[in-house]
Amino acid sequence: MTTATDFASSPNALNIRGLQKEYVPGKPILKGIDIEINSPGIIAIIGPSGTGKSTLLRCINRLIEPTAGEIIFHQSNLCLAKGRQLRQLRRHVGMVFQEYNLVERLSVIENVLTGRLGYMSAWNAWRRKFSQTDIDMAFQLLESVGLTEHANKRADSLSGGQRQRVGIARAVMQDPHILLADEPTSSLDPKTAVEIMELLEKFAEEKNIPTLVNIHDVNLARRFAKRMIGMSDGVVVYDGAPEGITDAHLKQIYGGESWLV
Amino acid sequence: MTTMHSHWQRFTLKQKLSRYSVYIVLLVALIQSIRTVEVIPEFFYDAPEQMADMFTRMWPIDFAFYSVSVHDAMIETLNIATLGTLVTLIFAIPLALMNANNVVASPISHWIARFFLVSSRSVNSLVWALLFVAIFGPGVMAGVLAIAFRSVGFVGKLLAEAIEEINMGPIEALRATGASWASVLLKGYWPQILPAFFSIVLFRWDINVRESAVLGLVGAGGIGVVLNNAMNLFEWQRVAMALLAIFAVVILAEIIVVQIRKKLI
Repeated sequence: MTTATDFASSPNALNIRGLQKEYVPGKPILKGIDIEINSPGIIAIIGPSGTGKSTLLRCINRLIEPTAGEIIFHQSNLCLAKGRQLRQLRRHVGMVFQEYNLVERLSVIENVLTGRLGYMSAWNAWRRKFSQTDIDMAFQLLESVGLTEHANKRADSLSGGQRQRVGIARAVMQDPHILLADEPTSSLDPKTAVEIMELLEKFAEEKNIPTLVNIHDVNLARRFAKRMIGMSDGVVVYDGAPEGITDAHLKQIYGGESWLV
Repeated sequence: MTTMHSHWQRFTLKQKLSRYSVYIVLLVALIQSIRTVEVIPEFFYDAPEQMADMFTRMWPIDFAFYSVSVHDAMIETLNIATLGTLVTLIFAIPLALMNANNVVASPISHWIARFFLVSSRSVNSLVWALLFVAIFGPGVMAGVLAIAFRSVGFVGKLLAEAIEEINMGPIEALRATGASWASVLLKGYWPQILPAFFSIVLFRWDINVRESAVLGLVGAGGIGVVLNNAMNLFEWQRVAMALLAIFAVVILAEIIVVQIRKKLI
């Protein structure tokens, strides 16, 4: 069992300070976010649509450029990283998407292998020259998400739940030090949604890495999260144990109360 | 009980009036253009007779002429079309990438690409051929370059549009893995545009087969040279043979393209 102080200096720690994002100058979406991630497991970020949850995750791996603030990862500020350095930091941040974002015309196994693109040259990528270790790892991952027999099928022939499993395998393939999942269950039925959350939990434990999950299903979040972050209107309004979230908090996060039964 | 009558008309009065005025303008334009083309009635009424005359001169088709010179010229034409299409790709692919706003965000790059694509398209391949015949002299070289220069605009523009229509989700995902720009291009963009790419290239090849048949008229090699010579010597039976060969090849090209496209998509 590692303690929090050990973890804070480990490569898995992530520290967000004063993060701001304005798409339109003067209209901030994120209004100064401070989050310190220093322990493994699922961290659920809840909040209504349009409150900046997706923007927050995409600022972490710089798919979106933050306007101000800093994100410390691997002892360097992600917000300032450029070119090769940014790509090297990105490959240790795995991401799972709501719409799976697989390359549909490629096979399942090749989609998993694209998780290694950050580690290889474009020339080798073009020749599909993945190392034997990578290939072995890809098949192992496919087995652990239960899709071994689908390895050579085209990604667009899979169901939603299966595609998300491929998406998770691709993210884990990166050998991530932290996982981000942007609404990974929103396009799925309730049973599949639970299975996907179980899978994320399994990898978080196996690899001992923190996993940030944007999710709007509060009950699902409570069930899997070790820590919950409530966001509303671009600020963090709750950050703590899932047990600590009360109806008052939920009212503050989502507004209204008729939906609380 | 009274029933409510809802009133509905497709166009309002104002819209109707504007539609009718468009019809009137079109009619006036038609009448005006008939008056300005100055059809010479004698030549016009004479046309069926002239046509019948030409067909009788063409008949019987001189099939022996095929092996004499049509065959080799036809192969040359196909070579011009195919080589021209391949040379096109060298220029069209970079220009398409520069023109697609989801690949390069810089407006300067868009303008440069658009300048070349539009100038390529605004010149007819016959005019390109005249230009290249003047530079390289008559022959296949001029034909290949004429075809290539005209096709760059066509292929580049359609390819850029195909690139802009792809799903950006996978691109985002690959960028998130830390993949380099070139790797994202190869593994994210390329698989998604592959069907459109082959569709466009085959379509352009199909057009180029037809265009290169005409290029010989200005001396740029191929079947057109044979056709032009036969016409100048009033050897109508040989002209008929050349036309028949062009027709057969165009149909064949169409069939091949349709079959390949079925396999690809």
